[in-house]
Amino acid sequence: MSILHAIFQPGLFSNSSVQDAAVVGAVVALVCAPVGVFTVVRGQSFAGHAFADVTATGGSAAFLLGVSPLLGFVVMALAGAGATELLGAERQRGRDLATGVLLGAGLGLSALLLYLTTTAQSTTGAAVTVLFGSIFAVSSSTLPMVIGFGATALFLVGLVYRPLLLSSINPDLARAQGAGLRVVGLVYVVSLALSVALSALTIGAILSTALLIGPAAAALRLAKSPGRAIACAAVIGVAATWAGIVLAYDSYNWPPAQQGWPVSFFVVSLVLAAYLLAQLTGRRARQA
Amino acid sequence: MLSGLFSGFMVDTWLQASVMAVVAGAVGFFVVLRGSSFAAHAIPQGAFTGAAGAALIGANTLVGVGTFSLLGVVAIARWGRRGQHDVVTALCLVTVLGIGSLFLSMNTEYSEQTFSLLFGEPLAVSSSDLLPTALLGAGCITMVVVLFRPLMLSSVAPELAAARGIRPARIELLFLLSVGVATTMALPVVGALLVFSLMIGPPATARFVTDRPALAMAVSGALGLITVWVSITASFWSNWPIGFFVGTFAVVWYATGRSLARWRRKPGPVLPLELAGAGSR
Repeated sequence: MSILHAIFQPGLFSNSSVQDAAVVGAVVALVCAPVGVFTVVRGQSFAGHAFADVTATGGSAAFLLGVSPLLGFVVMALAGAGATELLGAERQRGRDLATGVLLGAGLGLSALLLYLTTTAQSTTGAAVTVLFGSIFAVSSSTLPMVIGFGATALFLVGLVYRPLLLSSINPDLARAQGAGLRVVGLVYVVSLALSVALSALTIGAILSTALLIGPAAAALRLAKSPGRAIACAAVIGVAATWAGIVLAYDSYNWPPAQQGWPVSFFVVSLVLAAYLLAQLTGRRARQA
Repeated sequence: MLSGLFSGFMVDTWLQASVMAVVAGAVGFFVVLRGSSFAAHAIPQGAFTGAAGAALIGANTLVGVGTFSLLGVVAIARWGRRGQHDVVTALCLVTVLGIGSLFLSMNTEYSEQTFSLLFGEPLAVSSSDLLPTALLGAGCITMVVVLFRPLMLSSVAPELAAARGIRPARIELLFLLSVGVATTMALPVVGALLVFSLMIGPPATARFVTDRPALAMAVSGALGLITVWVSITASFWSNWPIGFFVGTFAVVWYATGRSLARWRRKPGPVLPLELAGAGSR
């Protein structure tokens, strides 16, 4: 009982920002599960990571304009998706470079926006909030927006689930069937952008890859079918986010400063741990 | 406005930044050629945690960055050979960044420091760093020059390189090491998030301009130098973060190179095989 009490400290379940954080975390993890599985299978981790970095610009602009960071994340992620589609249609390598260069420009711009925010409003926390996230700071008025964008992403993935699966696993066959591959790719990229934006809100723009790719990659080591992998990724994602929130809540009593460790740190570490564990289990299962 | 741009401690900044820019340009050439953008992206971001850790325990930034760059290099070299390269790199990278944010949150000076580590601070260099920077830079340039041919060959024609007894794993490690060194030098000045821009923008542009590897590398170094010089001046003058200028320049170069190539009706960057011919000549 006392151990339980040490883990779930008093006030955890009645704290309203913890409750909001738990809802946001769960929604985001659920959305990231299918999109993440497709991202890993398609080998698009770099694209996901690039969007994540570029969303930082949107978050910074939102801070400067005084609107919800989520709006900034979403707008910028979608713009990034559009730009990458436009710029690098020809070859994989050229595409990586174009993405990379754009990404740098986005980060540079967010540096400027954050600097302007700091000088205009004399607040200093914006850089940390945008880049490393703070799920406890997500206001409850953002909740409907989180759920709305999440539902949209899930709907989009559901819409193109079968052709997307085919084109991810066997691009040649999909091309031979030829059914609107470009549209499918576009719908996927939009849902990827939405997921990245949601993940950026939860654990910060430059860490958001973890929630997108980590649970999915772990799940793909464990599960045999795509459907099961998505379910498994959702479980891992929700577990990591919730455990991260609990640990961060506990950490207010921890050294050195008694001011709480960042939630994102816990979430990201737990996701990596889950992945490594899955890899270990997966290997053992294959050997047996 | 610009008085003081070359005074006293700024001279150290100029010297170190110039060495760093040339090194980043030269190393970046191989980053682009080998398609290693992920490594060039991952090593600086991982090294950010080293800088944060150094700030926490009060150690020299260069030491922290260098240590973590080295760790990143070893990690990528070790795990890179198996499949799933991207996922593992991305996850480890993000975890390391998360640890960096933890370090920063434990530090009292927090926000301002976060900002300069991520987005650069041209005045971050101290005169005591001048000698190590110069040595690292000279070492890195020497390594690139000595390794030029085997690196070139293993980048563009791995089978041919293997036939000549060049071990790909060793070359990859040395290449990653040079990325690590360039990162160590560049991170304090242009920031963890913008090292990548500096390492990719100029060489990617250079490949639009010329087919000849040595010339491309020189162009890349020169563009890097211009980027850093103008960025420092602009940042000094406007007080805006240097990262903004570096990132913008990379895009301007890249877009210019691309439209130049299109204007000359060339089908984009040169194919690896053409470069192979030039490299083994």
